[in-house]
Amino acid sequence: MSDKTSGYLDMELLRFTTAGSVDDGKSTLIGRLLYDSKAIFEDQMEAIEISSQKRGDEEVDLALLTDGLRAEREQGITIDVAYRYFATPKRKFIIADTPGHIQYTRNMVTGASTANAALILVDSRNGVIEQTLRHSYIANLLQIPHIIVCINKMDLVDYSEEVYNKIKEDYKRVAEKLNIEDVRFIPISAKFGDNVVDASEYMDWYQGSTLLNLLETIEIVDDRNHQDARFPVQYVIRPQSDKYHDYRGYAGRVASGVFRPGDKVKVLPSGLESTVKSIDTFDGELDMAFPPQSVTINLTDDIDVSRGDMIVSIENSPKVEQEIDAMICWMNERAMMPRGKYTIKHTSNEARCMVRDVKFKVNVNTLEEVTDDKLVGLNDIACITFKSAKPLFVDPYKENRITGSFIMIDEGTNETVAAGMIL
Amino acid sequence: MKEYNINHLRELEAESIFVIREVAAQFENPVMLFSGGKDSIVMFHLARKAFAPAKVPFALMHIDTGHNFPETIQFRDELMDETGTRLIVRYVQDSIDQGKVVEETGFDASRNKLQTVTLLDGIEDLQVDCAMGGGRRDEEKARAKERFFSHRDEFGQWDPKNQRPELWNLFNGKKHMGEHFRVFPISNWTEMDVWQYIYLENIKIPNIYFSHEREVFVRNGNLLSVSDFIPMRDTETVEKRIVRFRTIGDATCTGAVESEANSLEDIIEEVAASRTTERGTRHDDKRSEAAMEDRKKEGYF
Ligand SMILES: Nc1nc2c(ncn2[C@@H]2O[C@H](COP(=O)(O)OP(=O)(O)OP(=O)(O)O)[C@@H](O)[C@H]2O)c(=O)[nH]1
Ligand SMILES: [Mg+2]
Repeated sequence: MSDKTSGYLDMELLRFTTAGSVDDGKSTLIGRLLYDSKAIFEDQMEAIEISSQKRGDEEVDLALLTDGLRAEREQGITIDVAYRYFATPKRKFIIADTPGHIQYTRNMVTGASTANAALILVDSRNGVIEQTLRHSYIANLLQIPHIIVCINKMDLVDYSEEVYNKIKEDYKRVAEKLNIEDVRFIPISAKFGDNVVDASEYMDWYQGSTLLNLLETIEIVDDRNHQDARFPVQYVIRPQSDKYHDYRGYAGRVASGVFRPGDKVKVLPSGLESTVKSIDTFDGELDMAFPPQSVTINLTDDIDVSRGDMIVSIENSPKVEQEIDAMICWMNERAMMPRGKYTIKHTSNEARCMVRDVKFKVNVNTLEEVTDDKLVGLNDIACITFKSAKPLFVDPYKENRITGSFIMIDEGTNETVAAGMIL
Repeated sequence: MKEYNINHLRELEAESIFVIREVAAQFENPVMLFSGGKDSIVMFHLARKAFAPAKVPFALMHIDTGHNFPETIQFRDELMDETGTRLIVRYVQDSIDQGKVVEETGFDASRNKLQTVTLLDGIEDLQVDCAMGGGRRDEEKARAKERFFSHRDEFGQWDPKNQRPELWNLFNGKKHMGEHFRVFPISNWTEMDVWQYIYLENIKIPNIYFSHEREVFVRNGNLLSVSDFIPMRDTETVEKRIVRFRTIGDATCTGAVESEANSLEDIIEEVAASRTTERGTRHDDKRSEAAMEDRKKEGYF
């Protein structure tokens, strides 16, 4: 195999998402990024040329590369997340292009929940507006480690440095209020490609890197937790064969920390202690397992372990709690019921819960906490306390994105109604 | 490489295994759809990894259009024997014989669309509550919108404008009676990832993926294989060419590509240099702009 293709086996993966208000140019930017980095195939390009012509557009609309649903193409907006993939010789990327319309905020949260970086777009004519704030707040709540603010449509403001600086200053104030640590700014034109893959000819005053360059080089902070050993048991493997008659393996994905054979562990909720006998995979035993690996753990003792239990280090355990404080994004048309009952999904565990209290709601315009309005409706962000029917094994979301997150499910409709981050 | 780092293929593998185990845990009667193509072969390989040393705890299901490449069927049967896996086959021909669907006529007739009815009937008869598929988001623009866990109503339909949010890796497989789920464990894999993984893991695939001589004819820019199922126009002529298949689907709508690639290394180099998508060889997607979305709404794979 040539060097060109074998290098592909050892690439780093960056997952990023777009955010920002409707029509700020998110989909156009992703189209431009793919097009200018030669990641578009001829038949895909032909297809969108034909669609653009049919609609009577003068130029090819690059947003059509991600806006794949009929309704999206008809209305010229994004409704649900589109996932796109591309690789440069430096990195491999998974892109989630999300909708800006407030009505589809839940889909934005879906795309952002697994991202390592967020591109927040701002239309240079409009500056920082409510939806920019809402998405920034959500990106920060989800603890996306890198924020790149793309000040777009610079072609429509004469590529003005003044306009760029004003928006940059405005956003910096927001970032400060939200405690966003890593934020960078780039003036771009998604439509014409300025500073996306190639440097702009019209903005000599900007000396920074292009967007692609930045995406290829940002240090991917290892935001995985390698300290606190946590292994939610997903499935118990019991082969029905003579050869493996006594085999009992606990299958799951390491949420955080590192496990090694010989490690002393504890199983929650029983609290029973044991030792890791082996870490099994289809390809043989491993001498250690760490996130995000999927493995099967064997223990030396024959104790009762089932799905929903968690194998943890004996030195350092999560909190075992029934009364929990969390920030939530409400994602359903039906408002949260005061003292309402919902099903919680947390790691591989499931429990019924009751909402005890709404401590405050967030006013995304002022970024202030509102305490006199307890009605949590569609797209609201709130801090709540809930009581679960059985203990959950939790860490704060800030320390652990896996054992700190949960979803709430409406027991009547089965819909996922909220995303939660444990405080 | 850092101490606790795995490359992106191993990361994708871990994600898919997680999803497959989640299906086994959340559903009572799941099946894994198996077409004999490279994506379903990789998906099945991942399923074996997920449950070793136990056997895969669900059956595979093949929706057979009857318009197969014989090599694929032979490959399928050998793989099932070797791994001791239970296979369910449902035939489009049965749906036709029962009068549930009407066979298309004309030169471009295909059973591709009819498969949906056979699939949904199979799901209903066998009370399947989840069908895993090898669809990938990079294949097609409507697929790029699909969740890992995709809810289907009691008519088997997908509502792309109203999908459940899917946060982190917390999958909500709850449903009412009669509804089911489609789950796509290899959603985040690209064509290149699949080939690299087949190479890395030394996975067996049907030989029609490799270069061979075949009788073909040209239609709408595609090279279709000469067979009893595809009527040829007078103006179309049979030629012998050196080809291989980039995807394997129903024989009536899967085109071959001219290629000399006869090893996995060659294929990987060819895919890296390719300027068209693999679905460019699929006749079924060219019927209209939203062909895939429309088929998927009705309950297609
Ligand atoms: N002049 C100019 N127009 C742009 C630029 N970027 C995007 N547009 C136009 O702005 C409109 C909206 O672009 P989209 O990319 O669909 O916006 P979006 O942010 O993806 O919108 P939603 O996904 O619906 O939130 C389109 O008409 C684009 O052609 C730019 O840099 N300059
Ligand atoms: Mg868009």
